[in-house]
Amino acid sequence: MSDKDKKGTKPNTYKFDTLSLHAGYQPHKNAGSRQVPIYQTTSYLFDDVDHAAALFNLERGGHIYSRISNPTVAVLEERVASLEGGTAALATSSGMSAIFLAVMTLCEAGDHLVVSSQLYGGTVNLFRLTLPKFGIKCTFVKPRDTEGFKKAIQKNTKGIFGELVGNPGNEIMNMPEIAKIAHDAGIPLMVDATYQTPYLCKPFEHGADIVIHSLTKWMAGHGSSMAGILVEGGKFDWMQNDKFPTMTAPYEGYHGLSFAEEFGPTAFTMKARAEGMRDFGPCLSPQNAWNVLQGIETLSVRMQKHCSNAEKMVEYLSGHESVAWVSHPSVPDHPDHDLANKLLPNGKGSMIAFGIKGGKEAGEAFINNVKLASHLANVGDTRTLVIHPASATHSQMDEATLKFAGLSHDMIRLSVGIEDIDDIKNDFEIGFRAARKPRLVSNQ
Amino acid sequence: MKFKVNNEEVYASTGGRPFDKKKPLIIFVHGSGLTHMTWVLQTRYFAFHGYSVLALDMPGHGLSGGKSLESIESMADWISDVIDAVGYKEASLVGHSQGCLVTIECSAKYSNKIKTLSLMGGAGAIPMNPELLSLAENNDPKAVELMMDWAHGPAGHFGGHPVPGLYHINTGAMLAKTRTIKNTLGVDFRACDNYKNGFEAAKKIKIPTLSILATDDKMCPVKEGKKLADLIEGSQVDIIENCGHMMLLEEADRVLKVLKKFITTNYPANK
Repeated sequence: MSDKDKKGTKPNTYKFDTLSLHAGYQPHKNAGSRQVPIYQTTSYLFDDVDHAAALFNLERGGHIYSRISNPTVAVLEERVASLEGGTAALATSSGMSAIFLAVMTLCEAGDHLVVSSQLYGGTVNLFRLTLPKFGIKCTFVKPRDTEGFKKAIQKNTKGIFGELVGNPGNEIMNMPEIAKIAHDAGIPLMVDATYQTPYLCKPFEHGADIVIHSLTKWMAGHGSSMAGILVEGGKFDWMQNDKFPTMTAPYEGYHGLSFAEEFGPTAFTMKARAEGMRDFGPCLSPQNAWNVLQGIETLSVRMQKHCSNAEKMVEYLSGHESVAWVSHPSVPDHPDHDLANKLLPNGKGSMIAFGIKGGKEAGEAFINNVKLASHLANVGDTRTLVIHPASATHSQMDEATLKFAGLSHDMIRLSVGIEDIDDIKNDFEIGFRAARKPRLVSNQ
Repeated sequence: MKFKVNNEEVYASTGGRPFDKKKPLIIFVHGSGLTHMTWVLQTRYFAFHGYSVLALDMPGHGLSGGKSLESIESMADWISDVIDAVGYKEASLVGHSQGCLVTIECSAKYSNKIKTLSLMGGAGAIPMNPELLSLAENNDPKAVELMMDWAHGPAGHFGGHPVPGLYHINTGAMLAKTRTIKNTLGVDFRACDNYKNGFEAAKKIKIPTLSILATDDKMCPVKEGKKLADLIEGSQVDIIENCGHMMLLEEADRVLKVLKKFITTNYPANK
């Protein structure tokens, strides 16, 4: 190595904003196309029979069929892996399919998971109602009950799962401590970091082993496309114990391949793709992958505006006569404020939960009367979104589950967009005025 | 598979096929601080096409036991011991980076055992940058970051891994952090820095030899690789454009194509 190439001891690898625009793609390998091409194809020509056999047998890298992999989708996968600091990623048709694929890669019938109780309603239903049908049982633990995660681990527990900042209550898991609990038990920590994006938090730096995103949300930002992804940190040693035979033992599906031995830090992703995408097939369309890539190009600037608007809305709501309470990790009296400062130094996210005075009836009037804020079942759009979780996203929960998940009937979930902050506040004033006069509004 | 050499457990990937002593043996030797996994896009092909493959974890690396060997000469002796331990009389060697120094030394010293030699990102000497050496010996993770930066060309830095979804630099960094940095990378870098016999060893090599070099290789530049190749009688050279030191991953298909032609010609599976 010549010293001329070294330029001191600082690595010259690309930084976050550059990776957001460039990672995973080289124009000169794609006819010089500056933009990532959309490979709208189902399948790929083989050079010859030997090439085909080598691809099917994982002897060589490459694409076979777009259910398994696609060049446009692969750019997205590498880009997110690079932003998260992960070794590999696998994009899926939605965030829910990413969670399902992660669980099915890790678990078999008879296995058990320890799961945070404060999750997106769909995720709760997957763990509470659907996975037991596959013989996979779960124990729910409140996100702040760090010791509870330890106590819930059983002999057949294969992992811990949670959202770093719980949906919709904004309770934060102590990720470093829970990661240690998981690792002491020889199991991985899986974190849904949709609310944070890698701009706000890189879970691998705090002990997570698998990170999951609904890319539909902040990563894309535009609210046009469904997409999910699972990202592998590469540190977890699947061979440290006998808990993960599906990762370590010879796999009949690939002539006795041991994913852990052959692929080490990318073993989980390789198995999720080779087995999970092959057998379940929740693939992401190349068009949607491309749409998400457009969003990721501006991730950091959007997240800065999301967070700054959110902090202004927290201040506005906290001083408002119609608001009973506000939950956001930026508030100094939020129970997890110190933890948030540690885990989320670039901003605390743009999800706010608040209670409206007047309870459910006032909440309904508020939501029915705001004009700029959109009432819909999504978060992380560039536009401001509102919803009443108890009657929508989490409505399939019974009263006891709602309470355990930290939900109340007066709770409004607010996903703060990047509009002009004064316009959002003016819109909320209309909603609050209506909430104070629910009967009059309902007669209009 | 696992076996013992000098009473220490050795791990080697067999490329996903059972080890079969009836087939000719190819041994893959990884670079500084790395493991057998760097070879996954070459080994599986040969294992499924008539060869017995051993992609070794050097002592103290990856899944192998023991302590890292402290000199290139001792590593070369160890490779010879591996051939004996698995019951073979001969083998074809493939090395990357530090693995090139090891396989050159081994080929020169054990000329009766080694039938072909394939070098990737090789040079006759690999003097280490003093700061990088110091960081590695002091267990500083920055050593891995620097190595990953300098070892990768455009494909590594931008991406475009031949296996969909994998990201070069982070995967490489995790491989280099499999064990304690100072005990693997630190020992390996010192061994490379100390090794002075590469050019003399090269002059003694009379077997078919292939050198695959890359234009963007900052660790072992093309001119150093050519200098080495010029000393080996009849050596073939293949140069890959726009590629860095990790050519076995960055341009895995190209490397496999060249390697396949070279090995099947000079060390056929059906001989």
